[in-house]
Amino acid sequence: MSSRAFAPLEAGAFAATEKTGIAGDTSARMAPPPGTRRRWTESAGTARTRRLGLRFVALFYLLALLGAPVAMIFYRTFEHGLAPAWDAITQPNAMHAFWLSIELVAIVVPLNTAAGIGIALLMERGRMRGRSLLGLIVDLPFAISPVVVGLSLLLVYGRTGWFGNWLTAHSIQVIFSVPGMVLATAFVSLPFVARETIPVLHELGTDSEQAAATLGASSWQTFWRVTLPAIRWGVVYGVVLTTARALGEFGAVSIVSGRIEGQTQTLPLYVQDRFENFDTTGAYAAAVVLALLAFATLATMSLLAKRTSRDTLV
Amino acid sequence: MSTGSASEALAPLPAGRRPSPAGGRLRRHGGSALGRGLLGMYLSVLVLLPLAALLASAAKGGPSAFWQSVSSPEAVAALKLTLIVSAIVVAINALFGTLIAWVLVRDEFPGKRIVNALIDLPFALPTIVAGVVLLALYGKGGPAGVDITFTRAAVGLALLFVTLPFVVRSVQPVLIELDGSMEEAASSLGAGAWTVFRRIVLPNLAPAILSGVALSFARALGEFGSVVLISGNLPFKTEVGAVYIFNQVENDNVSGAAAVSVVLLVCALVVLGAMSWLSRRMSAHVL
Repeated sequence: MSSRAFAPLEAGAFAATEKTGIAGDTSARMAPPPGTRRRWTESAGTARTRRLGLRFVALFYLLALLGAPVAMIFYRTFEHGLAPAWDAITQPNAMHAFWLSIELVAIVVPLNTAAGIGIALLMERGRMRGRSLLGLIVDLPFAISPVVVGLSLLLVYGRTGWFGNWLTAHSIQVIFSVPGMVLATAFVSLPFVARETIPVLHELGTDSEQAAATLGASSWQTFWRVTLPAIRWGVVYGVVLTTARALGEFGAVSIVSGRIEGQTQTLPLYVQDRFENFDTTGAYAAAVVLALLAFATLATMSLLAKRTSRDTLV
Repeated sequence: MSTGSASEALAPLPAGRRPSPAGGRLRRHGGSALGRGLLGMYLSVLVLLPLAALLASAAKGGPSAFWQSVSSPEAVAALKLTLIVSAIVVAINALFGTLIAWVLVRDEFPGKRIVNALIDLPFALPTIVAGVVLLALYGKGGPAGVDITFTRAAVGLALLFVTLPFVVRSVQPVLIELDGSMEEAASSLGAGAWTVFRRIVLPNLAPAILSGVALSFARALGEFGSVVLISGNLPFKTEVGAVYIFNQVENDNVSGAAAVSVVLLVCALVVLGAMSWLSRRMSAHVL
């Protein structure tokens, strides 16, 4: 993209406009004065300076906002070696928080994967009325604060909530225990599989499904043998995003869990608890574990992006 | 679980939208109704019932109680702070998000792929960790030599961190698709770089920037995890809407919390709706 490469093109473009007169008005206004070639060579230097300047500003912004703070926490965690960090993360409460987070992921991700594929199929293949309502429900978690999600669940399943009496009578505890945390996590991570699968289903079209049906495949067979293999990378991408969101959820789980140490404390809640109790070593170590999981997520996403040739992650 | 997923997934297939030999047989497949039922139940238990309860709780005392909850000085201060900081944050996002997208698409430098992958980090990183990392660098005793703890600037910084990817990721694909010949034609006609950007590039990017801005704004309005540690949650100073709601819930003022929640939710929906309408209009105009 040097100016030299542009020069002949410039002359050609000029001739074309003059001949056809398509952009007559504009070209008259924008037409450079005689001696254009000289101006072009000058602006090559300016263009390079501008390019470098923009690059510097963008990278500096990213470094100050993202790179340096994240690097800092790794430095702080390991500045006295591996041992203190390891001790901090193998504390019983930390381990419990870690495994509780994993448990939530193990329950929520399959649920939301199934629901997400179902929603995507209904939106793309169904003729059901109320598809726009379904679309709205899927996008709602993006518009709702996690805190509001927690509050809403409290109002239904809490002690004084709609189902409170019934749940108490049957001695089922939802709020301040795992079921409530599952609901909170599932709510906030609901959209991802559906949103990643819908465009893939749309691209796929119905030709191969129709062919399978024509050849006598049942709808069950068609789904497992034709549709699912074709959309699998979109689904997997959604699963990765769901997992990351479920692991990191804080606000909604904070409200419905009651934050009972060693019982309903997930790893993000543990980070907050340690930080507020001035145990920065414990907070940083747990935060680093979560950050490493986030990096693993990013790496998986990059790998998948190659498979699915998404253009946002070139 | 597995049977549930199968039947849910199957539900729409037998809709029989085109004539095919199997269509008639498939239309009456039992899995369809079961799958839809299960999915409907899941969404009801998870999303619809809780939201209905939220609206009911906000409306319980009638309009006057709602108004009283929403117009309490602390709630007004929290909502005002949330709206103002979010507006500033999305303006910065629009500028730097577009710039970063531009550099990632049009520039070449070593390590670009890594930088590109790292843009998504705020989406992958738990929000509480976002707050902790910002405090580790810009907090008290941090190596940056500043202390932003418990300030409004800290709220803004946290929101900038968590909303960074939205504009970048919505502008990037449009910029990749954007045909360079229009820009070449403009500059060959003597337009300066700024004119080319303002007259050619910006109008093409505007819908994408807007949709990124809308998503950032909706996210910023409800953000909790990244703000809770860094802002100190001082009423009238650094307490944002989500934190106010959280505190009201902790203090058993559930209906007050619900009322403010509804206001936040309506703000987010209005912004998302308006921006999507505007960006549709603009893209119709440009293309």
